[in-house]
Amino acid sequence: MPAPSSVDPPALRVVGLQKHFPVRGLRSKKVVHAVDDVDLELHAGSVVALVGESGSGKSTVARLLARLMPATGGTIELHGRDVTGGGRRAFRRYVGRVQMIFQDPFGSLNPVHTVRYILTRSLRIHRGRLRGEALEEALAELLERVHLAPVERYVDKYPHELSGGQRQRVAIARALAADPEVLLADEPISMLDVSIRLGILNLLRDLRDRMGIAILYITHDIASARYFADRTMVMYAGRVVEVGDSESVTQDPRHPYTQLLVGSAPDPDDMSTRARGAHGEAPSLVSPPPGCRFNTRCPFATDLCREEVPELLDVGDGRAAACWGYSDRSDRPRLGSVLEAYGSRTSSPGEGAAS
Amino acid sequence: MSTSAIPRTAPREGGARTGAPVLEIRNLSVDYGYGSDPTHVLRQASLTLHRGEVLGLAGESGCGKSTLAYGATRLLPPPGLVTGGQVWFTDRDGTRSDILALDDAALRASRWRDMAIVFQGAMNSLNPVFRIGRQIADGILAHSPGMSRADATERAAAMLEMVGISPDRRRDFPHQLSGGMRQRVMIAMALSLDPQVLIMDEPTTALDVVMQRQIVEQIAELRERLGFAVIFITHDVSLLIEIADRIAIMYAGEVVEEAAAQDVYRRPRHPYTDALLHSFPPLRGPRRELGGIPGSPPDLARLPTGCPFRARCAFAFDACAHVVPELAETGVPGDAPFRRVACLRHDTRSVVEAGFDPQPLPEELARR
Ligand SMILES: Nc1ncnc2c1ncn2[C@@H]1O[C@H](COP(=O)(O)OP(=O)(O)OP(=O)(O)O)[C@@H](O)[C@H]1O
Ligand SMILES: Nc1ncnc2c1ncn2[C@@H]1O[C@H](COP(=O)(O)OP(=O)(O)O)[C@@H](O)[C@H]1O
Ligand code: SF4
Ligand code: SF4
Ligand SMILES: [Mg+2]
Ligand SMILES: [Mg+2]
Repeated sequence: MPAPSSVDPPALRVVGLQKHFPVRGLRSKKVVHAVDDVDLELHAGSVVALVGESGSGKSTVARLLARLMPATGGTIELHGRDVTGGGRRAFRRYVGRVQMIFQDPFGSLNPVHTVRYILTRSLRIHRGRLRGEALEEALAELLERVHLAPVERYVDKYPHELSGGQRQRVAIARALAADPEVLLADEPISMLDVSIRLGILNLLRDLRDRMGIAILYITHDIASARYFADRTMVMYAGRVVEVGDSESVTQDPRHPYTQLLVGSAPDPDDMSTRARGAHGEAPSLVSPPPGCRFNTRCPFATDLCREEVPELLDVGDGRAAACWGYSDRSDRPRLGSVLEAYGSRTSSPGEGAAS
Repeated sequence: MSTSAIPRTAPREGGARTGAPVLEIRNLSVDYGYGSDPTHVLRQASLTLHRGEVLGLAGESGCGKSTLAYGATRLLPPPGLVTGGQVWFTDRDGTRSDILALDDAALRASRWRDMAIVFQGAMNSLNPVFRIGRQIADGILAHSPGMSRADATERAAAMLEMVGISPDRRRDFPHQLSGGMRQRVMIAMALSLDPQVLIMDEPTTALDVVMQRQIVEQIAELRERLGFAVIFITHDVSLLIEIADRIAIMYAGEVVEEAAAQDVYRRPRHPYTDALLHSFPPLRGPRRELGGIPGSPPDLARLPTGCPFRARCAFAFDACAHVVPELAETGVPGDAPFRRVACLRHDTRSVVEAGFDPQPLPEELARR
């Protein structure tokens, strides 16, 4: 498996990415802190998963990287060149190299166009003056690459005549028409039938291996991150709380939130280590709690956690966790097992004692 | 011995014992669309729910899970039409009635008292202009002739407290609650008339796993306390294996397998169940290469002859194109007596009767 090596410069790199959305309709200067301080590197031939609950900022990161909207802070570098400035031409070039695939294969393809139209349009935009024979060839190659073969069966179909999985393959083919170096895949399988999800993941993995594409894989399903991604980043309430190789992050999570996430996922093989008795929910992003954003739910939170934001701290083996428990401060919280901490509590608050 | 996350229900005092059927769906068929060419979406589906148990109903999008639930409760919106079958409901006192044969008045009385449904996407269907406490109280009043508003309001507050929403939030509007809390409100509403059967259609699908687990625990605890039986609909088989006592797997409008949750997981008998279990990457244990299931589910308007799964089935043989498999006993000696599967690999007799050579049961479908 291609591991990101430090000598190999990242295809895409972001530092200190921030997005604050203004809260509309109010005269106040309030903002939604959707994304704060995100650092991220995507390397050729490697997959990074971005995992987190709904509203944690995953899609916002993807949209910022696709430059569908401007960031309110931070820098984006493509092959070491800052792209945040630059004119129209530079923007067009960037968009060709960094392509996005969306969650909804139904909404993302225009229903009035055939597969042929959708793909040739994208080929023309990104590959210039392709005509006649050469265009047909490129079209066939694209469809074959996403395993829609024989080509004749699919090329003249409209999106509604295709299944969800086939539609998602067309959407991937459209992104590939640009010959991108980076693919941003925002929940590419979550709207698909269970039985066809793996087919799409295996296809993306094939593209990673054969074409050396760098992939950002956004998901709320941490088991699929383990299956598909080389590295996994976990987001909570707009911040990255843990990052490391996928196997370690899923098998031995360090951040209390990651532990809760892993412990909450259904797993028929191991029902004994389930997080029970957890409660609470993600904080408001308009007025996030000071300090660690997980402090309202964390069983180990101390005053330090409620006052100062923890940085991502090195926890060994190329891994990092944003939790004060891994610092060497004398007032650091003492971490324990999240599963035990929650499990030892009785039922959720508001629950009357059953007589 | 039980590994289920939901504790078994103790016998309710004065009530029927756990285990007797409370809802028996027999050969339920549903068509969508009028005129000469309706789609046969549900074809002779049968399912039994026992008192106090959690029955999981799993299958891919569009296979008919919701249709089965709404058809059985006569809540099917047009152009859906029940075209056949019975749905036997057994009351606490032992009286049986066919829900499909009830007249409108009896049906209105029965609904919500006997059976309650939490609809798919229901948490988004709360009325945005009414406070949540009021909405629950209105539901109670509509089904409780003679109850005073004060009593209904009090009961609504108690129900909210029961699902873990503190009473001081009962004057909140739906938009002030998170998705997980709105889902709890729906559950409170469904339980407010003390039903014997609770049908939940994808109650946690829109929630993240942490909230999902909180809701599932809540349901488990309430069931323990109140003793209702649950039909839990989802496409997430892993979740069902954890929380359900028994699981029914649907494919293309039919129930293709029905068994105890652990049997479905460790000893699947239907090729689709087996393939489905290999479609989820595991969170723990060895990492292995997975292929998913080739092809995609059939169009219900143009079903193939014979077994609807055959185009994707690794064990299909010539009979599968001609004989429609029926839900019947498995071909594995020693299987639990109530196990059911609809696959010709298990049904030598039908294969022979149709004039084909029976095929042996592959090892994958006969694990012990
Ligand atoms: N009003 C309708 N008119 C025509 N066909 C319908 C209608 N409602 C549902 N169907 C079809 O009936 C089949 C079963 O639908 P149903 O909603 O029961 O599926 P489901 O298993 O609950 O799916 P999901 O997991 O997506 O909720 C599908 O093929 C669907 O397209
Ligand atoms: N255009 C927008 N305007 C205001 N707030 C937004 C906008 N897009 C996203 N948000 C908010 O930013 C946060 C993160 O959203 P998102 O990136 O979509 O999360 P995820 O993809 O992890 O579910 C949420 O609180 C969301 O409501
Ligand atoms: S211990 Fe403190 S810093 Fe660490 S996750 Fe808990 S609240 Fe955050
Ligand atoms: S009946 Fe035939 S096609 Fe259908 S599941 Fe069994 S073996 Fe496969
Ligand atoms: Mg998103
Ligand atoms: Mg449904």
